[in-house]
Amino acid sequence: MTEILSAAVIVGILTSAIRLATPYLFASIGEAFAQTSGVLNLGVDGIMLMGAFSAFYVTLHTGNVWLGALAAMAVGLLMGLLMSLISVTFKAEQGISGIGLYMFGLGLSSLLFKVLVGTVYTISGFPVVKIPFLSQIPYIGQIFFQHSLPVYAAFLLVPLAWWLLDKTTWGLKIKSVGQNPAAADSLGVNVDRVRYFSVCLGAVLAGLAGASLSTALVNLFQENLTAGLGFIAVALVYFGGWRPLGILTGALLFSVVNAFQLWLQVLGVNIQSDVAVMLPYLLTIAVLAFSMNRVRQPAALNKPFERGEN
Amino acid sequence: MATAGQFTQLPRIRRIEMREIVKRFPGVLANSKVNFDINAGEVHALLGENGAGKSTLMRQLYGLYRPDEGQILIDGQAVEFHSPADAIRAGIGMIHQHFMLVPTLTVAQNVALGLKSSREPLLDLDRVSARISELSQAYGLKVDPSAYIWQLSVGEQQRVEIIKALYRGASVIILDEPTAVLTPQEVNDLFATLKRMVGEGHGLVFISHKLHEVMEISDRVTVLRDGQTIGVRRTKEVTRDELVKMMVGREVKPLSPQPAKVGAVRLEVKDLHAMGDRGTEMLRGVNLQVHAGEIVGVAGVSGNGQRELAECLTGLRKATHGQILINGEDMTHAPLLKRMAAGQAYIPEERMRDGAIREFSVQENLFLRDHSAPQYRRGVFLDFSRMAARTRQMVDEFNVKTPRLDTPLKNLSGGNIQKLILARELSRKPMVLIAAQPTRGVDIGATEYIHKRLLEQRAAGTAILLISEDLDEIRTLSDRIAVMYEGRITGIVERDQATVEQIGLMMAGISKEEALQHHSAAEHS
Repeated sequence: MTEILSAAVIVGILTSAIRLATPYLFASIGEAFAQTSGVLNLGVDGIMLMGAFSAFYVTLHTGNVWLGALAAMAVGLLMGLLMSLISVTFKAEQGISGIGLYMFGLGLSSLLFKVLVGTVYTISGFPVVKIPFLSQIPYIGQIFFQHSLPVYAAFLLVPLAWWLLDKTTWGLKIKSVGQNPAAADSLGVNVDRVRYFSVCLGAVLAGLAGASLSTALVNLFQENLTAGLGFIAVALVYFGGWRPLGILTGALLFSVVNAFQLWLQVLGVNIQSDVAVMLPYLLTIAVLAFSMNRVRQPAALNKPFERGEN
Repeated sequence: MATAGQFTQLPRIRRIEMREIVKRFPGVLANSKVNFDINAGEVHALLGENGAGKSTLMRQLYGLYRPDEGQILIDGQAVEFHSPADAIRAGIGMIHQHFMLVPTLTVAQNVALGLKSSREPLLDLDRVSARISELSQAYGLKVDPSAYIWQLSVGEQQRVEIIKALYRGASVIILDEPTAVLTPQEVNDLFATLKRMVGEGHGLVFISHKLHEVMEISDRVTVLRDGQTIGVRRTKEVTRDELVKMMVGREVKPLSPQPAKVGAVRLEVKDLHAMGDRGTEMLRGVNLQVHAGEIVGVAGVSGNGQRELAECLTGLRKATHGQILINGEDMTHAPLLKRMAAGQAYIPEERMRDGAIREFSVQENLFLRDHSAPQYRRGVFLDFSRMAARTRQMVDEFNVKTPRLDTPLKNLSGGNIQKLILARELSRKPMVLIAAQPTRGVDIGATEYIHKRLLEQRAAGTAILLISEDLDEIRTLSDRIAVMYEGRITGIVERDQATVEQIGLMMAGISKEEALQHHSAAEHS
């Protein structure tokens, strides 16, 4: 067991953890916007799959990862519009429409993959960008400053989201629409528009989460690439108490556990790999059961708004 | 979009006219050619029963609904509002009955919501706070801009609502039942503020069904009934009785209860403690006795433990300490069925949540409890013909207006639903009756009927605990009044022992002895 605790292994685990936190961060921060405005989008995983496929496919054919990321955002936006149309305009049950969106994304990405690609290819994704000077710091440099651009972007998203939600007029609108839409409406805030914006912003970020997976982390696409990662992202929003910093904490917790189990397998530690793979999911359940903080939950989460009902 | 800064301008609307307004909802004609007008510098009361169309009319003025027919004129110019934003821009503000505040945000954030900031896209809360303070001073509306809404009392929250409207430069402000949730002292403060606003040239619409308030604060009164304008009067030239007649459509005689014939103690509560929904202790040692043949009224501002008390008494909430005795028998931890068997009946505060099932028929709702009684059963089957006969009898006896016995309850009016619950509970000839807010949201006619039935029940020897936030109701019906504050009974007074002001002081936490020494200027009623 001694080699597990060696410095090199710990640095390895933490470096992977930072990398692996990327899709969680994109997806969870995005979902936090949707939920803060009062819309529970359970379709994150489906959007991620579509984003992952689009980014992969466009990159495969154009050789340009940036175009790939752009495609993932566009597809995310389209799926966000679909989700908004169903849950905001048509006021459908959000949980059900989200599950529908997930299955749609899962099915369509699998179909497109089979028809358009067929077999698993690797692509050259976002290259590693070493930050000058900082990446030279022993240990720290390797853990934090030798990653590809999407990884940095995901971490920058955290203060950006905090700034948007807490410091801007838009953030105030998003929060109030999720807490008391009737109050916002009575002050002339267009509740539906704010919710469309928040859901679509979240969906674009979910698309990017998928893209980060297929063009920065694993550089390939296969059926159900995300393996339920989008659902953990939804859970992380609850875990993080709808705050970017809380979500960051949660994302790191999960990615560390994930990195740990990956390294256990790499090092050939004698435990069942299935058990190791289960770890993050077991952690999800345990953490959610014990950390649930409903005080901060948007009061209008999951409730379509209709004027004049009170 | 209105910007911060406009509030310093003087009120600019001189006159608003609503002409021949018609508003239909599916199956209901809410406003039928209603006329209403409001001038700068006056309080115009809009009086009417629940469902008369008052709020609907004003929601059209505030842009929440659009009229199907008719016109709205501001200073002679026809306007059309598509949303509240349009109304706000025109200089109209509305204080809703259910406050439109976001509890998790601060006062300043609530005020800033929806406004352009001076440093867009960034919020400018310091500047907003400074202007809130200016407004607070100018209108005597004390409030801390950095406090969170959930920390504020109901009266303070209302002040925030008024500041919100003033901040947006509202010159005409609609107040929808603004006194419903206030203590008498808070009502006085509110009226002082309103008078100040009128003095500044604002026009105020005061929606209410409370006559004495309308008489006190308004310059003119428009009465609505069943969606129609019944008349407009100068308040000085009209009497309370005339207004009641216009409102209800007939004379309503004030009740004069006979002296109580008090018997033995039926319900006794000793040092009762219980937790609230949020995990804080809501009952902190309640002591109370109710005798046969008397009505004990529990007065208090909403949220001081009244709901928890009713739920403990009926077995819906667990008592953490203390005792509840019915006819001397310990019922503290008895299940509901045992309490019912001991002769306790319950009229719940939230009738649609705890008292009846919306989708069930009138008959099914009447038999929610007694469906398994032997006389309505044939073996394992229900005896529908007997149930129908009994339902018919109860519906007639309690004057429930329903098209048929199998009409879903949700199609009945609030008053008729309440009469139905009353029928179900009183037909068992209870020994003890817990009545929580029995007339909330019920029209004057049904209220009068329910009050009469409660007094009959009292004469029949039932011990009645009446929990109500309506001080008039408490004072009309109760033989003794127990005032509740922060989970305790702070004092019990005989009906005629205390004035409204004195009870109001007790509701605000002043002890009975101090409150009774307070010689207030005049009694209201």
